[in-house]
Amino acid sequence: MKKKLSKTSINGFINYGIVTAAFLILQLMIAQGMLSNTLKSLLVPVCCYIVMAISLNLTVGILGELSLGHAGFMSLGAFSGIVTAMALPEAAPGLRLVAAVLVGSIAGALGGVLVGVPVLRLQGDYLAIVTLAFGEIIRNIIVVLYVGLDEKGLHITTNSAGPTLGEGGVMVIKGPMGAVGVPKLASFAAGFLLVLITLFVVQNLVASRAGRAIMALRDNRIAAESVGIHVTKYKLMAFVISAALAGAAGALFGLNYSSTVSSKFGFNTSILILVFVVLGGLGSIRGSIISAALLYILPEMLRGFEIITKARMLIYAIILIAVMLTINNPALKNLLGERDLSLSGLLGRLKSGGKIKEKGGAGQ
Amino acid sequence: MMNMKRLTACLLAVLMVLAMTACGGNNNASSPASDAGNNGAGTGNDTPAPAGTVTIKVGGIGPLTGDLAQYGTATEWGAQVAVDEINALNGPVRLEFDFQDDTGVAETGVAAYNTLKDWDVDVIYGTTTTAPCVAVASETFADRYFQLTPSASSPDVTANKDNTFQMCFTDPGQGAAAANYMKDNNLGSKIGVIYNNGDAYSAGIAQAFIEKAKELSLEVVATQTFPADTTTDYTVQLNACKDAGADLVFLPIYYTPASLILAQAKQMSYAPTFFGADGMDGMLDMEGFDKSLAEGLMLMTPFNASATDSRTATFVESFKKLSGDVIPNQFAADGYDCMYAIYEACCEIEGIGEMDHSQLCDALIAKFTSGTFKVDGLTGTGMTWLESGEISKAPVVVKVENGAYVNA
Amino acid sequence: MSFLSNVLTGVSLGSIYAIIALGYTMVYGIAKMLNFAHGDIIMVGAFMCFFATGKYGLPPLVSVLLAMVVCTTLGIVIEGLAYRPLREAPSLAVLITAIGVSYLLQNGAQLLWGADTKTFTPIVSGALSLAGGRLNISYISLLAMACCLVVMVCLTLFTSRTRMGKAMRACSEDKGAAQLMGINVNSTISMTFAIGSALAAIAGVLMCSAYPVLSPTTGSLPGIRAFTAAVFGGIGSIPGAFLGGILLGIIETFAKAYISTDLSDAVVFAVLIIVLLVKPAGLLGRYVPEKV
Repeated sequence: MKKKLSKTSINGFINYGIVTAAFLILQLMIAQGMLSNTLKSLLVPVCCYIVMAISLNLTVGILGELSLGHAGFMSLGAFSGIVTAMALPEAAPGLRLVAAVLVGSIAGALGGVLVGVPVLRLQGDYLAIVTLAFGEIIRNIIVVLYVGLDEKGLHITTNSAGPTLGEGGVMVIKGPMGAVGVPKLASFAAGFLLVLITLFVVQNLVASRAGRAIMALRDNRIAAESVGIHVTKYKLMAFVISAALAGAAGALFGLNYSSTVSSKFGFNTSILILVFVVLGGLGSIRGSIISAALLYILPEMLRGFEIITKARMLIYAIILIAVMLTINNPALKNLLGERDLSLSGLLGRLKSGGKIKEKGGAGQ
Repeated sequence: MMNMKRLTACLLAVLMVLAMTACGGNNNASSPASDAGNNGAGTGNDTPAPAGTVTIKVGGIGPLTGDLAQYGTATEWGAQVAVDEINALNGPVRLEFDFQDDTGVAETGVAAYNTLKDWDVDVIYGTTTTAPCVAVASETFADRYFQLTPSASSPDVTANKDNTFQMCFTDPGQGAAAANYMKDNNLGSKIGVIYNNGDAYSAGIAQAFIEKAKELSLEVVATQTFPADTTTDYTVQLNACKDAGADLVFLPIYYTPASLILAQAKQMSYAPTFFGADGMDGMLDMEGFDKSLAEGLMLMTPFNASATDSRTATFVESFKKLSGDVIPNQFAADGYDCMYAIYEACCEIEGIGEMDHSQLCDALIAKFTSGTFKVDGLTGTGMTWLESGEISKAPVVVKVENGAYVNA
Repeated sequence: MSFLSNVLTGVSLGSIYAIIALGYTMVYGIAKMLNFAHGDIIMVGAFMCFFATGKYGLPPLVSVLLAMVVCTTLGIVIEGLAYRPLREAPSLAVLITAIGVSYLLQNGAQLLWGADTKTFTPIVSGALSLAGGRLNISYISLLAMACCLVVMVCLTLFTSRTRMGKAMRACSEDKGAAQLMGINVNSTISMTFAIGSALAAIAGVLMCSAYPVLSPTTGSLPGIRAFTAAVFGGIGSIPGAFLGGILLGIIETFAKAYISTDLSDAVVFAVLIIVLLVKPAGLLGRYVPEKV
């Protein structure tokens, strides 16, 4: 019997390759001093947003449920990660970072279970509004939390006077002021590793039996149920993994800035990530990676033009609308005989040298 | 088939052009000799620098878009007015000014700061709001840039950083000053506090105020919060203060929500004395605001746009020209003073022409903390700075009478 | 007495949410899209009224009409340029486009009219004093409640009695079948956007009269709130949007008054989640079981 790698696993390897190549090229450019400070400062957040986009794609593209509160899980991860890192002042930076990311992903996963169990029974736009609501609730609760650390351990209160701390205690989260004085532990290499881990988790999930069950649920829930697929179990699995990855990304994000406030992780951030996913192509992991990177950098690059500094976000909006109209233009689609004109679709065309072929939705 | 190929090619070309122009923009930014005039509207003094002058690149950061844009644009324009004046002096130092948008968010603030670094900035001015300022300050501290913020007032901004200085009062300082003033002038027996608990500035002042009030045995009968400045309904909070019998309500919040609170209090016939912090300045100049609502309002502000001294009058005049008839508030005035502080300090530093940004940073720190370096500006006279980066200037309490500030 | 006054505050806040939610729900019911730009049309409407009364001194009624005309036109233009080409596209694509339109309106407004907050001149002022001055109801709250009721009744009559209204309902049930019956789907949807946008203009004027501040981001929060209200009542249902709006206003006010001002947002959303878990299609929404 001839051994042959399946198309999905080839695609998976290509994704690892793209990410690794991008990392190496960027590292080389940094070493040569070819990268501007602006781009250098964007590397870590880009990695975080790539992970956010891939993980949201798991919910929206692969599970097929619209979520408008993904930033809420990022918030959980960010603040729990920050607390973890601050609680281990003695440990080596790398260890602190790993511990923070682990705790962040656990917090995200717990949030995912908490939201997922009651909510995944809902469908469509109702699910969307409930995820939005949960995102806002998480944000609102963190605003009233005061977390302090001293030798006795962690103190949490909602009293605005803050907890009474022992000698040498520090306030980690100060309600509306958020977390300040956070050590900058995140690095591009860590971000790169997190992207690789995310790719590994999601791609293996998609290629597994569970992944096929999840996609079956997306394509036809009733048919899937009738062949014995456990709806809640698989929905929850996808949702919780997605939330855990978002938590990990949040922890890395939180440790990249010396101050983090919970209002950052509101509705607008959730929407931003959703835009990455939709423009990259639903279900396409490679599309999410590329569109998250390009779209995150785009508004920063628009700064370069003196005249349009003020109109920066206006131009971003126009580009967004224009792109959506173009990739969904039926005339253009007919012309190309192509179902999917999102980034991933275009890349697919490029690769196959223009040959028309039917392509699967997921697992790119 | 061919069409498809062509389209892919076109799309790729567009992407590449985008990328190229983006990089091009960046490269331009690092040699911005011609950009200075484009930034603010009508700066109009492109006289070539006389030989021997030193040009200092000042990079500003603040929100130019989003919810907080009004504060960012005020600090931008205020600084721009000062820069234009300074450059018209033809003194030994010229300022070159660029201002970047941070949308009031830490991550964008750090990106904006890096854009300014690519522009070879010498001194950082900003950021306007606290959260991004803390993040940017820890970067400037590590990179050794001198940073002066017009309005980020939390002590976290300057904590453990020798390079960051404030032009505004700190939040706890203001809270304590307000409590002291109320005690000394016997303003009210029962005090209500309404503040924005989603905002570091507001919560910072309120918490310090409540603490100080307890120490001075002032009676705080109601503490009410709201989640964001976009909140529109405050009747519940006002009712709580009214029911508790508060005859003095402390509002350490910005003028936009405060204007709503005043209107709603009037509607429910609740008329305690309202007392605000410096964020309240600007209310009287809101387009369309009914000034009778603010009658009797007391606030602590270092700046009064209707003052008659010539420097304020000139400032207001130029500011309105630049902004299209917006009247400057204390954000703008603090911004103006920041530029003069930077300029005057730079003028006194010897050998500034040969310094890189980190040497300049150390020289400016030495200057600002020398105790002998004093700045006269719109927001105070003889202003000096403490080692911590905190400013020391006298707080001024004003009262609104007949639609204008009078000293209380 | 403060209980009564809280109820009144809640109802008047709720009526404004309800008017916005009615616009949301109309568009959702017929075009099956979440129009996130709806909140920003409110802002545009309020700005139009602000300039008409403040700059040109037009009487309030004329200004409101002007705002409605501008918003209606804007609604039709947005629908025609941005949403119509996406009729066959996946719903997420439309959602993202709507978000793009929302950004566009906000940032466009900021460039045109400046970021500084303006104080809106209420179209009616003054308050009704009851119970010896212990209970005050502003005329604008009364007007908001009245408008909300009138709008709800008119919309219900319109959709059930008129030809165009029936066409809308047909489109909402099944676009293809409606087209086969000779209904012009495109113009019906345009009409829906026109009505929704006109309602947004009214809501904008009422909201800014009740809470007289105005900035380019004024519309976004009430937009989300009204969306919540529409879902709460059962999205697509006209009485549902009305009920959802009023209830949301009351819950929000009560949460602030009796639970915690800190956590009022969390309480509102928690109630929403509980309602949806018990009634997955909202209070008055129709639950359509999926057929195999």
